[in-house]
Amino acid sequence: MKFGLLVTTGPYQHQASDTALQYCRAALEKGHEIMRVFFYNDGVNNGTRYTTPPQDDRNIVNAWSELAKEHNIDLVICVAAAQRRGIVDEGEAQRNGKDGDNIAEGFRISGLGQLVEAGIECDRVLTFGG
Amino acid sequence: MAEPWEEDEGPVKKFMFVNRKAPYGTIYALESLEVVLISAAFDQDVSLVFTDDGVLQLKKGQTTDGIGMKNFSPTYRALEGYDIEKLYVDKESLDARGLTEDDLLVDVQVMGKAELADLMDEQDVVMSF
Repeated sequence: MKFGLLVTTGPYQHQASDTALQYCRAALEKGHEIMRVFFYNDGVNNGTRYTTPPQDDRNIVNAWSELAKEHNIDLVICVAAAQRRGIVDEGEAQRNGKDGDNIAEGFRISGLGQLVEAGIECDRVLTFGG
Repeated sequence: MAEPWEEDEGPVKKFMFVNRKAPYGTIYALESLEVVLISAAFDQDVSLVFTDDGVLQLKKGQTTDGIGMKNFSPTYRALEGYDIEKLYVDKESLDARGLTEDDLLVDVQVMGKAELADLMDEQDVVMSF
């Protein structure tokens, strides 16, 4: 089956992001396809590489980056939600006159159309968070 | 080349957006509305549900000057212009808050939870904010 995921909460404060990661791994292991993970609301906070948890804790951002690299998964951060919360890539930083970017490896910033597209193309869209 | 959903007879799915939160206090109502507006561009079968505190999103006479936030409630009136006309409101949630259909700023269909559940069952994609 072809899945799309919507993650609406940030890392650490809620377990939703961990659960979404575990769901992705389990689905892939069973031979399913993850077409896209879309990060919205505070979920965009999963995509900043400045995240630095204590060494004895899991690094959720790195875990997403590794998952994307291993399985070629499209991790998309909503541009409007990201701008409100200070998540920028190089292009957005330049456009908005910021002195640097903070997007993590394997993530890209794009529009909400990517979420609707996932809804159209996937067999199921699952929400994690909220 | 046109993407599949851009062709004349591309797939049309039933999208339902469920709004459960008060308009202010959290960003969910506003960011839900942003998804709804984008979905209109994809020519899908879109419907909105307002339940729990979400019914307050549609209340007439919202003024936000005192809290320093933008009053985005006029946008609900613009939905018709985007061909988004299926707005369903949970009757129990209205009743619990002392509201009736007359208190709302757009035309809606008021229905009970059982009816809403049936509608939800028919959807391809349900997103809840």
